[in-house]
Amino acid sequence: MSSLESAVSNKEKIKVKTKKNRKIIQNWQLYIFILPAFTYFIIFHYVPMYGIQIAFKDYVPSLGFLGSEWVGFKHFIRFFDSYYFWDLLKNTLGISIYELVVGFPLPIILALLLNEAKDGLYKRTVQTVTYAPHFISVVVISGMIIAFLSPTTGIINHIIAFFGFEPIAFMSDPAWFKTVYVLSGVWQSTGWGTIIYLAALSGVDPQQHEAAIVDGASRLQRILYINIPTLVPTMVILLIMNLGNIMALGFEKILLLQNPLNMESSNVIATFVYQAGLLDAQYSFAAAVGLFNAVINAILLIAVNQIARKTSETSLW
Amino acid sequence: METSTLYETKTDKLFKFIVYCFLTFALIIVLYPLIYIISASISNPTAVNTGEMWLLPKDITLEGYRLIFGNDSIWRGYGMTIIYTALGTFINLVVTIPAAYALSRKDFYGSGFFTAIFVLTMFFTGGLIPTYLVVKDLGLIDTIWAMVLPNAAAVWNIVIARVFFQSTIPKGLEEAAIIDGASNFKLFFKIILPLSAPIIAVMALFYGVGHWNGYFNALIYISDRDLFPLQLVLREILVLQDMSSNNANVTGEAAQLINSQQQLAAIIKYGVMIVSSLPVIIVYPFLQKYFVKGVMIGSLKG
Repeated sequence: MSSLESAVSNKEKIKVKTKKNRKIIQNWQLYIFILPAFTYFIIFHYVPMYGIQIAFKDYVPSLGFLGSEWVGFKHFIRFFDSYYFWDLLKNTLGISIYELVVGFPLPIILALLLNEAKDGLYKRTVQTVTYAPHFISVVVISGMIIAFLSPTTGIINHIIAFFGFEPIAFMSDPAWFKTVYVLSGVWQSTGWGTIIYLAALSGVDPQQHEAAIVDGASRLQRILYINIPTLVPTMVILLIMNLGNIMALGFEKILLLQNPLNMESSNVIATFVYQAGLLDAQYSFAAAVGLFNAVINAILLIAVNQIARKTSETSLW
Repeated sequence: METSTLYETKTDKLFKFIVYCFLTFALIIVLYPLIYIISASISNPTAVNTGEMWLLPKDITLEGYRLIFGNDSIWRGYGMTIIYTALGTFINLVVTIPAAYALSRKDFYGSGFFTAIFVLTMFFTGGLIPTYLVVKDLGLIDTIWAMVLPNAAAVWNIVIARVFFQSTIPKGLEEAAIIDGASNFKLFFKIILPLSAPIIAVMALFYGVGHWNGYFNALIYISDRDLFPLQLVLREILVLQDMSSNNANVTGEAAQLINSQQQLAAIIKYGVMIVSSLPVIIVYPFLQKYFVKGVMIGSLKG
């Protein structure tokens, strides 16, 4: 590079730099706008991430994150060797996959059906009613489940008895736990889950449908060949996010529905972390279990995203 | 999908009929438990427990509600929840809206860096135990702050608000204000905020419902009963009580008393479900379109 050229490019660099600096100085107030959020994420998300090191230490509260003694993989080994390891893994994956298989297609189906209905009072009513359970708190949902499924006083068992069958002890029978959990989730979130698909469907060009009608396509054919392909990118994105979250099962409801009798099938990694860490104060051990869970999750998310990117051109990043 | 009936074939009509059947089925499945709760909360407890009452209220009584409104811990829980919701939502807005606005500005140097810092926490977190220890070390356990600071912002909501600012605030407006010599503060408070009412409403709703319905923060950070939010009181009534009442093995008069109390306990349960969900249920139909709008803005960027 000749000296002239380098002088020019240096000048340009300086120009870019001063432009950047001017931007920062001119907009210094914008940094104040972002400061509260930045501080929040550092304190409540990044400091805990830093604290994950206690998974490899024997945490003593008085010594803090840094001062506690390193013990390597001791806690992980203890977890992998424990008799409950496979049960926890099986329950966590079992509930998640069950939930995904049943819960993922239903909002799509309901959205396609709603899309076929005529705009008007009836459609609006169905939407308003099916969205509503989304706003009921998890404590109330759990209370409803327990009350409705009671073997002696619950309405579900009264209905079962009405048809001449034996009442079922849903909440104390481990065999029923996963189904109860998944179906109550379907009841609560299917309607709300349609919104994102309905938004995608409203973007379909009406001309496509008109052309299909002229060509003699039936309603069903138009759904199969126009509407469903429209939804595919949304489905892929949501599927990636769901699969990436498979180990991060929303455990607030599980914790509420858990009781000693159904523990066999309701004990999942997240509730175990709560039990071991916060109730039994085995901080390091519980943090190790939680970290194991988070790492599996991150690997799954990256893997699924990679597969999606290769096969469908739609991916999170 | 509105198409003229002119084109409809027989199979299309049949298809339409099936569509409406399924929609009605979905409607009934969702609606039935809700109606049942309302009816059960004002019916004779015996009729509820024996299954005699299955849809419409029977022997209407307000005894359940009388007991609920006479209960101190429910009132206190209600009060605490109102405080947590108001304070928490206020903090959420103060953290979310300015940050989202800054991120929406093209001339904000470092917005990529800040976005990455925020979004990463959606996929990887410290986890329950380290987060708990941080909150504990900050001395927040058993204070109001434990209920509002650990979830002062949600990444997804910041993203939604940023998309709103990017897509609705005309860039020319900002440029003109800056050329006129307005500072970013002045621009934000005098021009941007007055234009942001819709997004502030959506955010307040999302965060507000979250605070109202949340129980987990309280479960892990609050042990002082005076600070219990409504959801923790509900948990005792709806979830814990049921488990202990199962192994009651008493006979004679005591059994009768417990029995009558248990009968009442049933309608109290249904009553508290209504009472606790009431504020959300009342506002929901009016604000439905804002909630939906929020989800849709999110899906744009999704």
